[in-house]
Amino acid sequence: MIDMWPPALVPLLGALLIGVTRGFPRAAVLLVTSLGTLWAVWQVPDGVMMTINFLDFQIEPVEGSPVRRLFATVFALMIGVGSLYAFRQARGLELAASYAYAGGAIGVAFAGDLITLFVFWEAMAIFSTVIVWCGDTPMARRAGMRYALMHVIGGVILMVGIVGVTVQTGSIDVQAMRATDFATWMILTGVLVNTAAPPVSAWLADAYPEATATGAVFLSAFTTKAAVLALILLFPGEPVLIGVGLYMVFYGIIYALLENDARRILAYSIVNQVGFMVCAIGIGTQLALNGAAAHAFAHIVYKGLLFMSAGVVLYRTGKRKCTDLGGLFRTMPLTCLCGVIGALSISSFPLTSGFTTKSLISEAAMTEGLAVVYFLLAAASAGVFLHAGIKFPWFVFFQKDSGLRPKDAPWNMAAAMVLFAGLCIFLGVFPQPLYRLLPFPVDYDAYSPGKVLFYLQLLLFSGLAFFLLLPAMKRTLTITLDVDWLWRACFPRLGAGFFAIAAAGKGAVERHTRRRLDTIQAWVHRLWGGEGVFARSWPIGTTAIWIAVLLSCYVLIYYL
Amino acid sequence: MSHSPNKEHWLVRPRTIRWLWIVFSGVLALTVLMQIVIKVKGYFGVDGWFGFGAAFGFLVCVAMVLVAKVLGRFLKRDEHFYDD
Repeated sequence: MIDMWPPALVPLLGALLIGVTRGFPRAAVLLVTSLGTLWAVWQVPDGVMMTINFLDFQIEPVEGSPVRRLFATVFALMIGVGSLYAFRQARGLELAASYAYAGGAIGVAFAGDLITLFVFWEAMAIFSTVIVWCGDTPMARRAGMRYALMHVIGGVILMVGIVGVTVQTGSIDVQAMRATDFATWMILTGVLVNTAAPPVSAWLADAYPEATATGAVFLSAFTTKAAVLALILLFPGEPVLIGVGLYMVFYGIIYALLENDARRILAYSIVNQVGFMVCAIGIGTQLALNGAAAHAFAHIVYKGLLFMSAGVVLYRTGKRKCTDLGGLFRTMPLTCLCGVIGALSISSFPLTSGFTTKSLISEAAMTEGLAVVYFLLAAASAGVFLHAGIKFPWFVFFQKDSGLRPKDAPWNMAAAMVLFAGLCIFLGVFPQPLYRLLPFPVDYDAYSPGKVLFYLQLLLFSGLAFFLLLPAMKRTLTITLDVDWLWRACFPRLGAGFFAIAAAGKGAVERHTRRRLDTIQAWVHRLWGGEGVFARSWPIGTTAIWIAVLLSCYVLIYYL
Repeated sequence: MSHSPNKEHWLVRPRTIRWLWIVFSGVLALTVLMQIVIKVKGYFGVDGWFGFGAAFGFLVCVAMVLVAKVLGRFLKRDEHFYDD
C-alpha cells in the first residue's frame, strides 16, 4: 500500500541535485528542496501511510503522528535556514551531505518500523561523518574516524536489540517498550549512544567542533534530536532515563566551564540540553513528553543560532579559542546580538523560546512530586546561564580587546541568524503556536508572575556569581580529559606496549633458537662434516670386518 | 593595540562599567524585593522562601565553578595532549 511517498526522499533527491549543479541553479535547488521538504512533511496525516512487504516483515516507511510531524518540521526548518546560512560559503559536498543527513533524520522521524528506523539511522551516521570530514584538517579527519567508529558501534548495538525484540515478539513496529531484558536494553543503549549519553558523551564535543563554520550548524541539529524522538516513541517513562538525563545536564555544564574552545563550549551545552529532554522522557507524563518535544524544537533553533554566531566568528577570524577572541562586539554587532539572543534562549530567559519550553519540564517534575529532580533541574538552569548564557558571549564578544577587527557576517549568514533569532523571541513571547503542535493538549501558562520572578532571581544571581568568580574562570590553553582518553591514549599505549613486549619476546626466542640451531649444526658437522666420523674414508679391511660381523649376526638370527 | 581612554568604545570605559554594575546591582535587588509584592509559589516548601531563587542560583553557581575547578586540577591537560 502506498498512499504517500516518504518525505525523506525530497532532501535525498535534493542532495543528488546539489551534486550536479553550481551557482544560481544550486541556490534554486536548495530553496525548492527545503520548501518542498517542509511541504511534504505537512502532507503526512496520522497513521501508517505506506507499507511494503519485505521477507516476512511489513515495512512501514511513513507513519504520521503529531510528535513525528513536530520533529520533522523542525528538521525541515533547520535544513532550510541552515542552507541559507551556508549556501555561499560551504562546499557542494558539505551541502549535499547535509541534505542527505537531514533526509536521514526526517526518515527516522516518520519510521513506523524498526528496520526503516535502522536504515535511516545509519544513513545519518554516514552523512554526518562526511560533514565532519569536510572540515578538511588532519584533526577533522581523525575526529571523523572516531565519530564514525562510535556510531558504527552504536548502530551494531541497536541492530542486536532490534533482532532480539523481533525474534521475541515477532513485531517490528516502533512502539513504546520498557528496558526489561537484553534485547530492549540493547535498543535503549543503541539510541542513547546517539544522544551522547554517558559514558560515551565525549564523541559530540570531539567531532562537531572540527567541522567547518557551516557544517557544525547542521551537525548540531539532527543526530541527538532524532535520538530524542526515538526515545519518546520507544521508551517514554523509562525511569533509568531520569538519572541518565541529570548526569548529562551536569556533565555538560562542568565540561563547558573547563573548556577554552568556543565551539566546544557549545557542543558540551548540546549534551547539557539533551540531558533535560532525556530526563523529561524518563518522567514520562504527558506534560513531560510535551516538554521534551517542545524543548527539542526550541533547542534546534537556538543551538543552530549559537553555532551560526560562532561560525561567523570562525569564518571571519579563523579563530575559535576564547583565549584568542574577545572584544568582537565592536565590529560584529549583529553577530554579537544574535549570539546573545541565542545565549539568552538556551538559558531559558523569560521572553525567549527556552523559557516557554524548558519550564514545561520543570513543571512536569514538580507535578509528579519529584523534588530532587526539580531542584537539580533548577540548579542546572542556573548552570546553563553560567556556562553558555554568559560564558559564550562574554569570552567571544566582550572580555578583553583581542585587537581583532573582523567584518560582520556576510548577508546570507546574517539573514539566517536574524530569522532564527526572531523565532527564538517569537516562541518566547507567543508560545501557543508551538504548544498547538505538541503531542498532547497543553494547559499551561509559562508567564505566571511568581514563576517569572523565581527564574529571574535564579538567572540574574547566577550572572552575579559569574562576574564575581571571573578570576577563577580565567581561560587556559588546555583540554579536559574525558572517557575518550581510553580510546585516544590508553588503548593505543596499551597496544604499543603489547607490541613492544611481543617484539622483545620474539627477539629472545629468535636468539635462543639460533643458539640451539648453531649447536645442532656443529654436532652434525662433527659427525658428517668433511672430517666427521661418518664421512671419513675407511680402509677395505675394516669394511670386510664389518661385513663379516653383519653376516654373522644375520646367520645367528636366522638359526635362532 | 593600545587605545587612549577617550578613543575606547563607550561600552568598555571604566565609567560605563561602573554604571553597569550599579544598574545591575539595582536590578538584582529589585528582583528580590519584588517578592514582597509578587508571591512565588513554593511547590516544595523552601522554594517559596523569600529570596530563595536568588540564593539558590548564586550558591549552586559558586558550587559548580568550584567543582569544575577541582576536577580541572585532575582532568586538564595541555591542548596538544592528543597530538601525534
